Amino acid sequence: MSGEIARDVVGDYQYGFHDPENATIRFDKGLSEQVVIDISELKNEPKWMTDIRVKAYRRFMEMPMPTWGNCDMLNQIDFDAVTYFLRSSDKTEKDWDEVPDDIKNTFDRLGIPEAEQKWLGGVTAQYESEAVYHSIREDLEEQGVLFLDMDSGLKEYPEIVKQYFGTVIPASDNKFSALNTAVWSGGSFIYVPKGVHVEMPVQAYFRINAKNMGQFERTLIIADEGSSIHYVEGCTAPTYSTESLHSAVVELIAMKGAKIRYSTVQNWSANVYNLVTKRGVAHADATIEWVDGNIGSKLTMKYPAVLLKGEGAHAEVISVAYAGKGQHQDAGAKVHHLAPNTTSNILSKSISKNGGRSSYRGMLQVTPKAHGCRSKVVCDALMLDPDSQSDTYPTMEVGNSSADLEHEASVSKVSNDQLFYLMARGHSEEEAMGMIVNGFFEPFTRELPMEYAVELNRLLELEMEGAIG
Amino acid sequence: MLSIENLHVSVEDTEIIKGLSLKINLGEVHAIMGRNGSGKSTLASVVMGHPDYEVTSGTIMFKGQPLEELEVYERARAGMFLSFQYPSSIPGVQVGTFLRKSVAAVRGEDAPSAREFRKELKAHMEALEMDKSFLSRYVNDGFSGGEKKRLEILQMLLLNPTLALLDETDSGLDIDALRVVSDGINSITPTAGCLLITHYQRLLDHVKPDFVHVMIDGKIVKTGGPELAAELESKGYDWLEE
Ligand SMILES: Nc1ncnc2c1ncn2[C@@H]1O[C@H](COP(=O)(O)OP(=O)(O)OP(=O)(O)O)[C@@H](O)[C@H]1O
Ligand SMILES: [Mg+2]
Repeated sequence: MSGEIARDVVGDYQYGFHDPENATIRFDKGLSEQVVIDISELKNEPKWMTDIRVKAYRRFMEMPMPTWGNCDMLNQIDFDAVTYFLRSSDKTEKDWDEVPDDIKNTFDRLGIPEAEQKWLGGVTAQYESEAVYHSIREDLEEQGVLFLDMDSGLKEYPEIVKQYFGTVIPASDNKFSALNTAVWSGGSFIYVPKGVHVEMPVQAYFRINAKNMGQFERTLIIADEGSSIHYVEGCTAPTYSTESLHSAVVELIAMKGAKIRYSTVQNWSANVYNLVTKRGVAHADATIEWVDGNIGSKLTMKYPAVLLKGEGAHAEVISVAYAGKGQHQDAGAKVHHLAPNTTSNILSKSISKNGGRSSYRGMLQVTPKAHGCRSKVVCDALMLDPDSQSDTYPTMEVGNSSADLEHEASVSKVSNDQLFYLMARGHSEEEAMGMIVNGFFEPFTRELPMEYAVELNRLLELEMEGAIG
Repeated sequence: MLSIENLHVSVEDTEIIKGLSLKINLGEVHAIMGRNGSGKSTLASVVMGHPDYEVTSGTIMFKGQPLEELEVYERARAGMFLSFQYPSSIPGVQVGTFLRKSVAAVRGEDAPSAREFRKELKAHMEALEMDKSFLSRYVNDGFSGGEKKRLEILQMLLLNPTLALLDETDSGLDIDALRVVSDGINSITPTAGCLLITHYQRLLDHVKPDFVHVMIDGKIVKTGGPELAAELESKGYDWLEE
């Protein structure tokens, strides 16, 4: 392995190594209108995109920081200390061997090429601001499936991007979506033609390597009528003592009868702010599923949303959050029933340990004309010690009385009797905790591709080690 | 193999076991009977090492080693097994996975290969008349009383202990289940010591005890042979109280 392993790795986080920073282009820290224009110029973007960026930048500057959530942590973000663009490789390779060695080694260590060979329909690997590797299976390409990194998507299919970009999440949606729209770089662009079912998941892997890096990927997935796709993303970063900022925008569009599943296991190091806006529009009889796992980061604020716009559309949001020492997972789900006979299921599970805090923030809206809707919301929190914290902020706006709504919430502790039972079967206290925790997350884990599920279980077992005393 | 000397146990400053002595040798079956609340489960829990119970005086030795030196899981790995009166449910953990991991933990280097394990598992489940659909259910989650008890005995058979503490394993079992569970217990007793906590003579018709002890208020007040159980069945416990 030629990539030098850093010495300043903190704690047990196993992805905390970093490579030397060999940037081919690195912008000075800090943000200005000129930086935004420079990014756009560097990428040779059409003028309309530059205009979108500049307008968004101005919105970002005008908008105040959120006044809800963990304001203490949010206000610690120093936007001037962030590097907004960093190019580490001059092109996006289609062949692993062409990827620069340091970067290739990183992704080798993260198991990406292996996973691609075994079970994926396509892969994008993004390193800092841009994709360094990209591939898609030939059979998918032949069926007309487009899967590119977003920069290439804009270059090659500007008319599709222009039609949909920012239609689900406008720049002005919130301060961080404005920021993303201004400085976005990388992310995935996917179009699945009518009636095409992409059987194997496609994966994007996001890696931040540099210190004080800002990663602003932008993803747009369009599933045309009657098609389906499963998109998986993973994220890690080195552990540094200074913060990095990850602020993505993800827009999903599921046309009539289409199905999009978007699975995430976010394992950022504990110095990353993860402030992400994710939202999908489901047209008639379409399904959007967010399977969202938050294990890492310092502060995550993320509430995957679905607009149920067409009659009979369905939303599924299954999320887990693990908040350890110094972490705040502020996650949840938003579902807007805008059309009749739409249905949704929300399951949120969180674990807090060692003073960590997890919050569930939910929004359920049923508009007056959306008759015959059904929704079920279940929130379960598991506290592993008395120092930890869990809170829920559910909001409901129900505009008609025909809605069938269920809401359940529970907060539980690991009982001595459960631990004793498992220990009486030969398991140490840490192992017993690991089993209970994995069991608690099982309704989420079983939705993941097997390789991810195994990895997640291993990760949580590691988290339980050395934690009991 | 198990030797308890003048044991006193408290929970939250209330004394529950008040000077109890008991010796169990390999191959012996001991039955303990006694009223509700007399301390039977406490005794079993304390031997297994439940953290809520404090041994205030006396000693427990297992295979010549003082038990206070061993953590709960070490006791299990040393060959001790407790069939719980109220087994805990572990949501999200599948029975199959749990059994495989527990066998690996307890039997260590002697653990069977994956293939042998499946074979053993299948044989024991057939003997206990358990459907294989149990393997994909979550541990004790939504199990009926009798199903829980069968799962306890399945674990006992797989973990192959040298000392089995069976706390009211017969409660909640229908007549057929009582027979299969008893067969399970009988299959290990030639090479293991066994402590049966029970309220009913009917279990002892199937599993012949070598000794029957009566426990009242945290002490063993009388010890006899199998005939003592029959006597208790007809006379109750009053005649044993001073
Ligand atoms: N953790 C505990 N906290 C408080 N009291 C306890 C605890 N465990 C046991 N006790 C008390 O100790 C006494 C003995 O309980 P134990 O469960 O050992 O009885 P038992 O003989 O097994 O009864 P049963 O036949 O009903 O199962 C009871 O009065 C019970 O309430
Ligand atoms: Mg009892």
